[in-house]
Amino acid sequence: MILMNVNGAERQVEVAPDTRLSGVLRDTLGLTGTKIGCDAGDCGACTVLLDGEQVCACLVLAGQAEGYAVTTVEGLQSRPLAAALQRAFLAHGAAQCGICTPGMLMAATDLVERNASPTKTEVEDALGGVLCRCTGYVKIVEAVLDHASFHDGAVVKAGMGWVGERLVKVDGQRKVDGTEKFGADLVPDGCLELRAVRSPHAHARFHFGDLDAFELAHPGVSVFIAGDVPGNNSFGVFPSHRDQPVLADGYIRYRGEAVAALVGPAALVDAIADGDLPLEWTLLHPLSGIDAALEPGAAQLHERAPGNVLVQGRQVTGDAAAALSACAHIAAQEFETGFVEHAYIEPEAGYAERKGDRIEVFVSTQTPYMDRGEVAWVLGIQPSQVRIIPSAIGGGFGGKIDMAVQQLVAVAAWTLGKPVRCVFTRGESIAATVKRHPARMRARLGCDAAGTLQAFEFHADFNTGPYASCGSIVANRVPIHAMGPYRVPAVNCTTRAVYTNDSIAGAFRGFGVPQAAMVHEALMDELADRAGIDRLEFRHRNALRPGDRTATSQQLGESVGMRECLDALRPYWQAALADCDAFNAKGGVYRRGVGIGCMWYGIGNTSQPNPSSMRVALARHGRFVLFSGAVDIGQGASTILMQVCAEALGVPVADIDLVSGDTDLTLDAGKSSASRQAFISGNAVRFAAMDLRRKLLRYAEAGDAACMRLEGDAIVFEEGASRYRLAIDDMVAEEGELVMVGTGHFDPPTTPLDENGAGVPYATYAFAAQIAIVEVHLALGTVSVKRIVAAHDVGRAINPTQVEGQIHGGIAQGIGLALMEEHLPGRTENLHDYLIPTFGDIPDIDIILIEKREPLGPYGAKGIGEPALIPTAPAILNAIHHATGVRLERIPATPDRVWSALQGRNT
Amino acid sequence: MADGTAMPLAGGTDILPGWANGASRRPLIDLSGVPDFAGRIDEDAHGWSFGALTTWSQLAAAPLPPYFDAAKQAALEVGGRQIQNRATLVGNLCNASPAADGVTALMCLDTVVQLRSLRGSRSVALADFVTGNRQTVRAADELVTGLAVPRRGQDARSIFRKLGARRYLVISIAMVAVLLEGSRRELKRAAIAVGSCSARPMRVTSLEREIAGRDAACLAAAAGAALPELAPISDVRATSAYRTHAARTLIAGAVSDCAALLP
Ligand SMILES: Cc1cc2nc3c(=O)[nH]c(=O)nc-3n(C[C@H](O)[C@H](O)[C@H](O)COP(=O)(O)OP(=O)(O)OC[C@H]3O[C@@H](n4cnc5c(N)ncnc54)[C@H](O)[C@@H]3O)c2cc1C
Ligand code: FES
Ligand code: FES
Repeated sequence: MILMNVNGAERQVEVAPDTRLSGVLRDTLGLTGTKIGCDAGDCGACTVLLDGEQVCACLVLAGQAEGYAVTTVEGLQSRPLAAALQRAFLAHGAAQCGICTPGMLMAATDLVERNASPTKTEVEDALGGVLCRCTGYVKIVEAVLDHASFHDGAVVKAGMGWVGERLVKVDGQRKVDGTEKFGADLVPDGCLELRAVRSPHAHARFHFGDLDAFELAHPGVSVFIAGDVPGNNSFGVFPSHRDQPVLADGYIRYRGEAVAALVGPAALVDAIADGDLPLEWTLLHPLSGIDAALEPGAAQLHERAPGNVLVQGRQVTGDAAAALSACAHIAAQEFETGFVEHAYIEPEAGYAERKGDRIEVFVSTQTPYMDRGEVAWVLGIQPSQVRIIPSAIGGGFGGKIDMAVQQLVAVAAWTLGKPVRCVFTRGESIAATVKRHPARMRARLGCDAAGTLQAFEFHADFNTGPYASCGSIVANRVPIHAMGPYRVPAVNCTTRAVYTNDSIAGAFRGFGVPQAAMVHEALMDELADRAGIDRLEFRHRNALRPGDRTATSQQLGESVGMRECLDALRPYWQAALADCDAFNAKGGVYRRGVGIGCMWYGIGNTSQPNPSSMRVALARHGRFVLFSGAVDIGQGASTILMQVCAEALGVPVADIDLVSGDTDLTLDAGKSSASRQAFISGNAVRFAAMDLRRKLLRYAEAGDAACMRLEGDAIVFEEGASRYRLAIDDMVAEEGELVMVGTGHFDPPTTPLDENGAGVPYATYAFAAQIAIVEVHLALGTVSVKRIVAAHDVGRAINPTQVEGQIHGGIAQGIGLALMEEHLPGRTENLHDYLIPTFGDIPDIDIILIEKREPLGPYGAKGIGEPALIPTAPAILNAIHHATGVRLERIPATPDRVWSALQGRNT
Repeated sequence: MADGTAMPLAGGTDILPGWANGASRRPLIDLSGVPDFAGRIDEDAHGWSFGALTTWSQLAAAPLPPYFDAAKQAALEVGGRQIQNRATLVGNLCNASPAADGVTALMCLDTVVQLRSLRGSRSVALADFVTGNRQTVRAADELVTGLAVPRRGQDARSIFRKLGARRYLVISIAMVAVLLEGSRRELKRAAIAVGSCSARPMRVTSLEREIAGRDAACLAAAAGAALPELAPISDVRATSAYRTHAARTLIAGAVSDCAALLP
């Protein structure tokens, strides 16, 4: 029995003294506001106060907390400064997915209770032990610095909450008070724990010894192996590419592959070591890297992929080779990137529960409807028998498109008839789930003597790892984007996605386009220098314009803001060039450089139907309800969809409730990926809301321009001087409690691509340019990003605070990509060897929003999720080149790599 | 404890992460109940003494003479604040990581480690206490009871420089602690410790000897120093060639910055 004071109340807990305090708080006391991201002190998500001082609850044992006062996020409301911080976080948009927010608030509380007006550096020092993958930390720092403005209540000014307003996140309150339920935060009664036993080998065959004897020796624990999967032992992102087994069937294709699942009460499962399972391995030569997989005679990892090539992509217009040979200037570049880990702070988690002949899965996912289909396939049942209930999602970035725990808990819960949960450890999350594709690219770009681009040639090989996942999406998207947002008459782009025994590569913010952008932007710099034209002006001269034809022969519409982005950056660019010259003229060991990166990005899936359907209803109890299948992964989809809904209905957002994600209650809105929810689901919501409004106006016999307002249990229509009051109770319900329902549907107009890649792959494109100013230490090779100015054509910023937040977060990930992030299977499976940017790694960021409205989009909006990240790394790499003359051919630009390059050895 | 199977537990910031990374759990002895071990910093006739459970936060906040600046700067680099509030100096020394910022900083202060077991007590210089990668001379039945740092003259200054691939929460690629005594005109004594560049943090005595007795203008010697004491490896963080070069660069910078602090 251990005594401690938790949030002001004396608590006696019956746990072993060597239980982690984080476990005591969450599992014994039910205080799930304290999050677990690593159990190793690396992420700070578990930060609590121990006698008023911030500590990692995962590194304090229950016995060590005996007699101490523990404060968690649930106890903050009663501390005035902490409550002010919570309001400041809400108002500033400092919580995106919110998984880091409790830890951030605890660290910030520790700070402001000692020092009421800290400096920016003091804030960074105090919060530096907490990682955030979404926000780029900018708005968190702003919120802490500004907390004093929120001492006396009220965060939000009541407004309509329509498009263009800085509406506070509709799910924000739950994120700052610790009540939000992420994948690991709900546990049904009697829930069993599942742990996957994973292969320590990258390529092997295996067989089990006497499993019956093993089960007999471990009463209460069930062992699931390949043969226990009731339906099909396979899944994937596309029904046509289901090449990944739920449990490996005697053959291992990557380190971290699930071999078996142990299911039982947590204590029993935890007591079993992986090595206890009777398993015999036959090791095979692992195909590590693209070359090994392409070698003649290499093992074939999948029967239907001869030569280990999953898919090839192609985009050809004109005769690029001939056009290049006629160019006045040509630049060539080879470039290589590694695996990049999403490192969302919430590891994959969820549970499944069988309900008669149906199964319910509560899970952290970006794509509930795909999960529904895949779980049904794995169990051999109908999709209608599967209900996916998305939890709050503690970061996705593409990594929670593929199933991770879903298929495992579903199989076990379906078979055992008891609820089963699974929470990945950090090591498991990194080892077992998808990464950004490593790319090996080579390209040539040519222009005429006047500096007008003529031709582009590009080939990329992507290491797609052992399973298809989103490999074909990457291979098909990249050729379309690889020349960058420029007019290039002759283009020849080819790609291959190659199976290997490395980590699985899948979707990660940009689907391969960020990798390609580093190449086209390096080439633009080289060519500009050769043509003797300023690097920004060279891009401006060649930038796509409204009405242009792209390389796929698609004619662009009005919403092409590439030149406007560059125009907006020009003054910053010129000032930065002058500043760098002046700085470098002083000599010394630092060199300053400025670089620019441009990008374009097609919104939505490539040349595929990718519809979204939405429902908006007037409910019996006198409120509107938006039923949205589009999950909010922290990017803010719920909030902007509510804003669109409110404006289209013509009512304040406060009159609308949101039902989100649950596949039993919503329609299929497609995946939260490809930056598509604002544009596509935004439209579906708008149409659904307009449909409902039209129906209501018709019912009330009011004119199109009438104002509509909820008033208690009635709805009031006003038009000029006339006023009509409709009692909701008097209306006949269309279905159940829903009096009237509007539906909306949008599928962006695209066409399939022909064999040369001609067609309309996307209905609209986002454009952006960023400039980066860096300082390089010539002797140490360290690169410090001093400032980034980002200009983004988003069509329309539905919620400017959220758009800024996406850009900050994208820039932070771009900095990580450029300077520090590379996953090496087996070596970086934790958050101290795999490094993501911390508070101190983010420069000053200026954002310029360009709003070239997209006529097809909801109120002109396009998308921002992925575009935010793409230009950053190219801008940084170009800035390093400007500072030092060194053109890196491999990222990340770690100090030793930059130093080697400075010595003339590009490694 | 006497049979060596149990493990002393201080702040737990090395022990508990080990569990998440697959280390097997050994029985623990929580030192926080032992009054003699309490975190404290005292001055006595010989210098300064530190209780076994003194945390990095306590060190960073303590009023100490300027020659402790390197140790204080290192204190603020050991993880984030939530780590510094728990992690102890002694734990850092006993864990004996090649990348231990604390070991490196405390080495240039000629820190002495005090040990006790049922068999008796002994004191060992920190440079001899850590013998290799996660190896110390501490016997399984011994506890570290505290640390002692000898007093230095009024004219002693120190500085700590850490190189990592990001700003916070980072395992050092290389780090350097420098303590100089004397004046800019005549350096009486230099102590230079380098971490992450050998199996354990090392004093570079060859260079210390070369610098001693000279004036601050001769510090260029540091930039070209041979550093025979170091034997860096290549790992996920950096190549060995880079580490050697970085150590030299850091030393040169730290020595000259430290000299600038001298009276
Ligand atoms: C996220 C994170 C970041 C970190 N960053 C850094 C960093 O940047 N630089 C750095 O140097 N370190 C870092 N560390 C490592 C760690 O915090 C330090 O080494 C810390 O000082 C260890 O102290 P502790 O009290 O927590 O040790 P514990 O984990 O309690 O113990 C460490 C070892 O020392 C032994 N021990 C402790 N006290 C005694 C005693 N009195 N007698 C005998 N044996 C004893 C224990 O048995 C154990 O073997 C980091 C750790 C984490 C989790
Ligand atoms: S869970 Fe404690 S620091 Fe990550
Ligand atoms: S908001 Fe910080 S991790 Fe998502």
